[in-house]
Amino acid sequence: MKIILEKRPFKSKKMALLSPLLAIGLTVFFGGIIFAMLGLNPFRALYVYFIEPVTSWWSIEELIVKAAPLILIGVGLAICFEAKVWNIGAEGQLTMGALAGSMIPIFFTGWQSPLVLVAMLVLGALGGALFGAIPAFLKTRFNANEILTSLMLVYVAQLLADWLVRGPWRDPGGFNFPKSVTFEGWQVLPTFGDGRVHIGAILAVVAALVLAFMMAKTLKGFEIRIMGNAPRAGMFSGFSPKKTIWFSMLLSGGLAGLAGICEIAGPSGHLQPSISPGYGFTAIIVAFLGRLNPIGVIFAGVMLAISYLGGEAAQIDLGVSARISQVFQGMLLFFILACDTLIIYRIRLMAGSDPKTTRKIMAEAGD
Amino acid sequence: MPKAPHKQSTNEAPLLEVQHITKMYGDLAANSDVSLAISKGEIHALLGENGAGKSTLVKVIYGSLQPTLGEIYWQGEKITITNPAAARELGIGMVFQHFSLFDALTVAENIALALPGKLDLATLSDKISTVSRDYGLPLEPTAHVADLSVGERQRIEIVRCLLQEPKLLIMDEPTAVLTPQEAEQLFLTLDRLASEGCAVLYISHRLEEIKRLCHNATILRHGKVVGHVDPQKETANSLANLMVGSDIHTIGSRTANVRGEVVLAINDLSAPPDGPFGVALKDVNLDVHSGEIVAVAGVAGNGQGEFFDAISGERAGNTPQAVKINGNDVGNLGIVARRKMGAAFVPEERLGHGAVPEFSLSDNVILTRYATGDAIVASGVIDNTVANDIQIRVSDDFDVRKGVPNPEARSLSGGNLQKFVVGRELDREPVLMVINQPTWGVDAGAAALIRQALIDLAGRGAAILLISQDLDEIFETADRIAVISRGQLSDARPSGDLTLEEIGLMMAGAHEKSDDKENSEAVSA
Repeated sequence: MKIILEKRPFKSKKMALLSPLLAIGLTVFFGGIIFAMLGLNPFRALYVYFIEPVTSWWSIEELIVKAAPLILIGVGLAICFEAKVWNIGAEGQLTMGALAGSMIPIFFTGWQSPLVLVAMLVLGALGGALFGAIPAFLKTRFNANEILTSLMLVYVAQLLADWLVRGPWRDPGGFNFPKSVTFEGWQVLPTFGDGRVHIGAILAVVAALVLAFMMAKTLKGFEIRIMGNAPRAGMFSGFSPKKTIWFSMLLSGGLAGLAGICEIAGPSGHLQPSISPGYGFTAIIVAFLGRLNPIGVIFAGVMLAISYLGGEAAQIDLGVSARISQVFQGMLLFFILACDTLIIYRIRLMAGSDPKTTRKIMAEAGD
Repeated sequence: MPKAPHKQSTNEAPLLEVQHITKMYGDLAANSDVSLAISKGEIHALLGENGAGKSTLVKVIYGSLQPTLGEIYWQGEKITITNPAAARELGIGMVFQHFSLFDALTVAENIALALPGKLDLATLSDKISTVSRDYGLPLEPTAHVADLSVGERQRIEIVRCLLQEPKLLIMDEPTAVLTPQEAEQLFLTLDRLASEGCAVLYISHRLEEIKRLCHNATILRHGKVVGHVDPQKETANSLANLMVGSDIHTIGSRTANVRGEVVLAINDLSAPPDGPFGVALKDVNLDVHSGEIVAVAGVAGNGQGEFFDAISGERAGNTPQAVKINGNDVGNLGIVARRKMGAAFVPEERLGHGAVPEFSLSDNVILTRYATGDAIVASGVIDNTVANDIQIRVSDDFDVRKGVPNPEARSLSGGNLQKFVVGRELDREPVLMVINQPTWGVDAGAAALIRQALIDLAGRGAAILLISQDLDEIFETADRIAVISRGQLSDARPSGDLTLEEIGLMMAGAHEKSDDKENSEAVSA
């Protein structure tokens, strides 16, 4: 007896849109089971986790603070994944963006001018883009798998950041704590409301709108869609696969870098060994949950921000580990991919085991 | 080399006999009332053009297709072959044209994967060595497939079959990927197998090979058997005649257009193969004048894809002079620059190359026309209404039948999509049209419409290069004909001067001028 996946003749558009909602529903359901197994009242736990974070003004502000980097990175990744370029290393590009942007306040501590902020943001984006250029180069020049190279470079970036804040960039007046000097004045992002929401949130929404326009209306968006969909037809159309790889890696790297410097110049206010709670990885879930659509990514970013806040709330109110948010994020990605798989394929049970047929079906399914 | 006549004992039933096999795909009969018999120790040729139904028949015998009608007898007993595993159990082995081997694994590992049951690799390696030595197929069991030549890879497939001690071995165009020396080695192996009593069903369109190797030949045309012959008693010409079918052609008496200036000039064009089964182009020369249709005939897989890509510019990187459009060197320019000079291209594969299956028709208009002065794109922004207007115009002009106003390309039938893909280019009034297999897999009505559109375009003064395997189509439309074979192109000759025999011979490689051929003659002498 064999279980095989068989491609469905037609994809259901309705199901493709319903899939993220279905995935969220399944995550909540199985999350409730996990809470129950931990001996908690699942309904109260789910309320604390998913609902409470949006019931008070300060927590909504916190939601925006967390959603901003997820959206900023997520829209870049959505474009990348649409072109079937698998940048898994946004976390590293975020880190390098944070480091590059921080050079200004660290090396020119006394410099105060609006230009400082602009220079920090530009350097941040540039740092992320250049770090994204490494997998792009390796892919276009040597056909190295970008999933591996971009992922491995995350650890390079994180170890570099760790060394810098413990070593050369450590605040001389910081009592040996592993952190840089504290940023001040024009070295931090302008904020709104109670002082946590910063202009990174505006940048995120602007980026999503611009990229939504690009994908829907411009030749560049057409190029990305065609290269991801039918590369041979893309070449026939006159586009270069290599240019598409470069464009999507630089774009997603640059946006991740921008998110990185916004984290440091926003909520943190200084460099420290760990720069983000895994925004670069969570943004992969955001991109898929948002159906690789920049507008969808805005909603998905908010959804995943709730999972971070809910994790903190669950730790405080319910006394469970904050790791619960990673469990929820993992379940969410699992269910999205599972739903998508079942929308494109159907499962068939097959008696007997003729390796030739199985291989043939696998080959057909694999395209 | 004279062939020893194959001795068949008269009282024994043939090893395999297929009777009145018919295989229908919808209304199309891929095989119609096909019968043939193969006895022990016989090398039986299955001969025919591409699309003649050879593969269908073989798939029926190998169990991967079930016939609509007809019977199969194995050693005199009526049987049904439900799947390839059942065929292998009977003792039928098949060597495919395209191999299914894992590059990263060794020869022995690859063979172990294909054999049923658990195997000890060391024992298997010994067996492989023995079999490969006995049959003159040298193979190193521990070698990695990635390091092997195509000929050596084929040996793996053959040894894989031989280890199962087949009674009937099916070879699908085995020499298409071999050098002449490797081919000669293969012939010796097959002779040896036949002398030991194994029957071979040998599929090919290379006539000399069949004369050299086979005892009997069954010739298919348009899914029907047109003859059972003894290849020894036939000439290459008479075989070509049977295969191509001179009786059904009426050479078109199309009035010649006024031939104008050279629009497309190809000078000493060479190109590497586009993959492991690709064919390199060698010093191709051809001129196409305005007002004429020049056809490139040839059996699939002789470099047509590489030829098309080099002219379209999809795989650029030639010397600038290798391709000229209206006197401009374009050999190093991409496809968009060539389109801007008035060239239009229609590739062989509609879905995924000429059109994106998941895109709407209007998006598929953008695919080839965003840069050619249709005002579809202004400062990087696409105007979908312009694209949709073109889509509607093309659909009306070329009778593209669709269920909704702007459907996805994949929802159209083959003929309708081809009409759209051709119409999209003709709508631009190109000065040069390069089109590869324009009516492959297209219904007769659409094919006629497309051919007529090409003739009309030439009548309006465009130059047309038509790459096709369909000789009917070529004689219906072309002013001059050249033949491509193993990446070499013959001189183009007026179609009125050519007979089908000559074309059949050229398709089988008669015009090739490289050293390979001389070597192969030296070996077989």
